[in-house]
Amino acid sequence: MKQTELEQIITELIKKTEMFLPDEVVSHIKKAIKKETKIGKTILQSILKNINLAKNTHRPICQDTGTLTFFIQMGSEFPLRDKLKKALLNAVEKATKEVPLRSNTVDPITNKNTGNNIGNYIPYIDLEITNGRDCEITLLAKGGGSENMSKLKMFNPTDSLDDIKKFVVNHIVEAAGKPCPPTIVGVGIGGTSDLALKIAKKALLRPLGERHSDKTVSKLEKEIIELANKSGIGPMGLGGKTTVLDVHIEIGHRHPASLPVGVVMQCWAHRYGKVKIYGDGRVEWPR
Amino acid sequence: MAKVEEILLETPVDKKTLKKLEAGDMIRINGTIFTFRDKAHQKAIEFYKRKKKLPVDLNNAVIIHCGPIAKKTKEGWKIFSAGPTTSMRMEKLEEGFIKYSNISVIIGKGGMGESTAKACRKFNVVYCTFPGGSGALAASYIKKVKDVFWLEELGMPEALWVFEVENFGPLIVTIDIRGRNLTEEIKVRAKERISSYIK
Repeated sequence: MKQTELEQIITELIKKTEMFLPDEVVSHIKKAIKKETKIGKTILQSILKNINLAKNTHRPICQDTGTLTFFIQMGSEFPLRDKLKKALLNAVEKATKEVPLRSNTVDPITNKNTGNNIGNYIPYIDLEITNGRDCEITLLAKGGGSENMSKLKMFNPTDSLDDIKKFVVNHIVEAAGKPCPPTIVGVGIGGTSDLALKIAKKALLRPLGERHSDKTVSKLEKEIIELANKSGIGPMGLGGKTTVLDVHIEIGHRHPASLPVGVVMQCWAHRYGKVKIYGDGRVEWPR
Repeated sequence: MAKVEEILLETPVDKKTLKKLEAGDMIRINGTIFTFRDKAHQKAIEFYKRKKKLPVDLNNAVIIHCGPIAKKTKEGWKIFSAGPTTSMRMEKLEEGFIKYSNISVIIGKGGMGESTAKACRKFNVVYCTFPGGSGALAASYIKKVKDVFWLEELGMPEALWVFEVENFGPLIVTIDIRGRNLTEEIKVRAKERISSYIK
């Protein structure tokens, strides 16, 4: 495979992610429509209409096409390893023109927008080296409104899981309509301060409806979902039964003195997609 | 009690017609809407303070907190996606903007705070929510880009775009001219509920 082909595949991944929502996200929204009445129902119906319109007319679902975040698992013997970074950057630039994406890359000092979605540390690339010859690229497109609702708290290690639950639920209520609910909430418990937020973001990539393999963690997820939805914040914060579509918790080992908890919220337009490129050149699009 | 049917408003919107609207009502807009985000708010207020003339007439106008994706084609500007942005970022600026501009309707998402609600009551303005994230749907109601200002200086998302829209909605009245603020009411109730569940 040549670099240009790799570029084309990644461009395709960006396009698909921005225009089509994963099926399980759509089905969760459809289920929520049945539960809602009045304003909540009208909003979710409009959202569903928007999803279909974006799909059929090949337009970005939301005008905030987000910060492009790539989670990459690359085999140490992946034949295109030395071409991957260049291909990613070229694909981002190309997709910005072709989709088109809004340029969301602003210098924080001069306030100048680079215009091509490329800047310092951006796009966000998280690379994990694995064994073998294959490479799996997962793209998360996350808008500014939901990203602004991120939160970190350094708990005391003697604080309880109930304290953490309270913190997360209160945060969801405080964020109210701002992150475009119904949201998907990622929670990172443990690790270091930055890791807590990072694993919270990674937790968003777990398919909706899937619970954590640990029983205690899975119970905590269910309790937070129930409380958030009982709050009545509802779609767009205008009232209703659906405040979150799901809550995913990820855990990391912590320092004996620290207990960081990171919360990351994603809007209902949960744009993520995957492509797997095999060492022999085969390409697979798991959805 | 909020009405279920949608009320269609034509721009510019006469302030008298806003009297019948209550928080929770649904409306749609026909006519012209102007995009104003963070920077455009700041710039407009600066214009007013210096008694400089704005490039658009905002008397009884409808504005939207929005930074669209636009592309220039042979036939002119085409809007690909144009939903609302989080309104709360404009909270510090909105009261001043309302006072100077004499607008009638603000479209956004996520709700606004006390200072905007106060200004809505004082100057007869309603704040409405368009379903957030629905950029493709919003673009489908934009029939034409009538003009764009400050594009070079502020960039595509922050520029002042002038759209001609048809049946733009659904718009849920979130703050009415009596200053009733739906998102705030719901948040207060949610906090009470949660504190009764978690001791």
